[in-house]
Amino acid sequence: MTTSTLRPASDYPPGGDAFRHRHLIGIAQLTPWEISYVLDAAEQWVDLNRSGAAKHDDRLAGLTIINAFFENSTRTLLSFEIAGKRLGADVVNMHAAQSSVKKGETLIDTAMTLNAMRADAMVIRHGSSGAVQLIADKVDCPVLNAGDGRHEHPTQALLDALTIRRRLGRVEGLTIAICGDVLHSRVARSNILALTLLGNEVRVVAPPTLTPPAIDRMHVTTFTDMDEGIRDADVVMMLRLQNERMDGAYLPSAREYHALYGLTEKRLEKAKPDAIVMHPGPMNRGVEIDSNVADDPVRSTITEQVEMGVAVRMACLDILTRRKRGVAGWN
Amino acid sequence: MELKPLHITNAQLVGADTPRAGSLLVVDGRIAALDPAEIPDGTETVDAKGQWLAPGIIDLGVFATDKPAFHFGGITRAALMPDNGPLDGAGLVERAAKGGKPDLWVHPLAAATKGLAGKELAEIGLMKQAGARAIATGRARIADSGVMRRVLAYAASLGLVTIIHAEDEGLTAGAVATDGEMATRLGLASAPAIAEAIAIARDLALVEETGAPVHFRQVTTARGLELIRAAKAKGLPVLCGITPAHLLLSDTAIGDFRTFARLSPPLRSEDDRHACLAAIADGTIDILASGHDPRGPEDKRLPFAEALPGMAGAETLLALGLGLVRDGHISPGRLFELLAGTPACLLGVDAGKLAVGKEADLILVDEGTPWQVDAKKMAAWAGNTPFDGMPVQGRATMMWKGGLRIR
Repeated sequence: MTTSTLRPASDYPPGGDAFRHRHLIGIAQLTPWEISYVLDAAEQWVDLNRSGAAKHDDRLAGLTIINAFFENSTRTLLSFEIAGKRLGADVVNMHAAQSSVKKGETLIDTAMTLNAMRADAMVIRHGSSGAVQLIADKVDCPVLNAGDGRHEHPTQALLDALTIRRRLGRVEGLTIAICGDVLHSRVARSNILALTLLGNEVRVVAPPTLTPPAIDRMHVTTFTDMDEGIRDADVVMMLRLQNERMDGAYLPSAREYHALYGLTEKRLEKAKPDAIVMHPGPMNRGVEIDSNVADDPVRSTITEQVEMGVAVRMACLDILTRRKRGVAGWN
Repeated sequence: MELKPLHITNAQLVGADTPRAGSLLVVDGRIAALDPAEIPDGTETVDAKGQWLAPGIIDLGVFATDKPAFHFGGITRAALMPDNGPLDGAGLVERAAKGGKPDLWVHPLAAATKGLAGKELAEIGLMKQAGARAIATGRARIADSGVMRRVLAYAASLGLVTIIHAEDEGLTAGAVATDGEMATRLGLASAPAIAEAIAIARDLALVEETGAPVHFRQVTTARGLELIRAAKAKGLPVLCGITPAHLLLSDTAIGDFRTFARLSPPLRSEDDRHACLAAIADGTIDILASGHDPRGPEDKRLPFAEALPGMAGAETLLALGLGLVRDGHISPGRLFELLAGTPACLLGVDAGKLAVGKEADLILVDEGTPWQVDAKKMAAWAGNTPFDGMPVQGRATMMWKGGLRIR
């Protein structure tokens, strides 16, 4: 087990690009060294973002990035917008609520329209699994998946991995418990893929009604008992529980969920003493996580995750536009 | 138009397990003799050049009358599912029955309930008089067991088979795939495969109670097939069918969100697929059909869960069936029982076999010709085949409907 955060250049494959993809659709397409490459690239943007007043790099100057969000989002959209702007790109946001999608235009037609506007990259969120892949197949520019249905949310998994690596010094050989509504969570799927790929023991802790079928085939162990599931974990990763799951179809009530699966200070004692607590946000305080856990500056990484999000997205936008920008060695 | 007698010579007649050399005489649109000793004057002779001569395919349970695809596939009769319309009135049934004549006969399957809503009995008797050959529950089952029981008893009294779709609607609500690793990795809402067995179990109990004959249009899981096997052993009047897709593809085919592989019922696990192959070999499965359901890009070029289920299957049915023969699962004779003989019995039509007196619905099959399935070059009005790109062998080279050459 190594504790170094930066992999030596020899870890990367010889010849060719260090990141061989035109799009970032999911973690499923990535290799461990490609994940590490993105994380390494993000470090410099963390430094830039913390460097004081002038947080600007103009390497994407003149490029147009379209953030097409077919599903509501505040933080991911904002994070991508800031990431693009900090790199000097012209960033345009499209919200489904105010677009022709509501007027019955098909997704492909919308994609072709955006494509005709000659975007240099598109960031897409959609409520249906596979929708981002569908668009990526039809357009000429790199596409970044900002979340598609229950399928993947790759930048979230990358920012989570970066957060863990910076907090614990490594993101391998750890025991990581992913807790909550795994069934409906793209964050959980991307994280399971990324964290198992990097060599961690991943546990899924969820009520049976919210555990995806055959999830053990993704190389995780499943728990329905929260105390058991987070025992001796290095990382406790909580997921957001959407309100509509609590109406009796999947769970009896919010208060029962809190009693059985809510992360309280007392319950957190089961994890390792230095275990960190993560949450992709937005949180339901008092349901899946108690405020005193969420606000604990030592253990909670929740605001740091948001910060890493901008850096990781800057890295992704930079890497995926290198071919277009004619960066030496990327063709 | 006067129909000349027709003598097809030098053919391999498909009837028993292996085709045998022989010839066949057609007079007045019906099969007059096998290996005739005397040929009437003015008979037209067709040299089959050693190709298989088989009964025209009777495709049980299609969703559109798509003549070019049926003719490409050697299909002379198609039983039309009641979903478009829906076919729940005598007038609609009568119109649908005229849809393909004279070169394709469409046998409408009457909607079991008004509007296929599963609530009230449709006018099954009047639809029978208008030409309905059986009734069907459509793309879904009848959820209400009380309604289902009355439908079965009523249809049985009219001598009609009830064709059933077997999926429990509670388990499958919102689902677009079968529970398993693939659905979980893709993040698709899925339902357990037992949704099928649960639905079959209920309906078998009702069959036992009412004595009504039924046909489960598609049985695709090991547990479902076990129930059918047990019911047949008990002597219940039960038939079941399948499409080539569930015999040849498992849920790995939906990888990359391929909407052409979005089917109803959804593709199953590899274990279930093998159970289906075993069931077609041991005779549990009675009918092989295409489930032909052409869907254009407006229905298929969508995110997986938003796309509509269904495949264009009519053109590939024969070739994929011949593949089952080539792979040793079934004999040629059994293939045409699955494709024509049993469907004819179910519908009560006088065809589906090379026997004297039957309607001369015939196809010549070159069982060895290789070709490649190409979604972009289909005769069907939409090319939504899950077998796109697959190399196959065998196709219909000539076709007669009632002794009339149509291809």
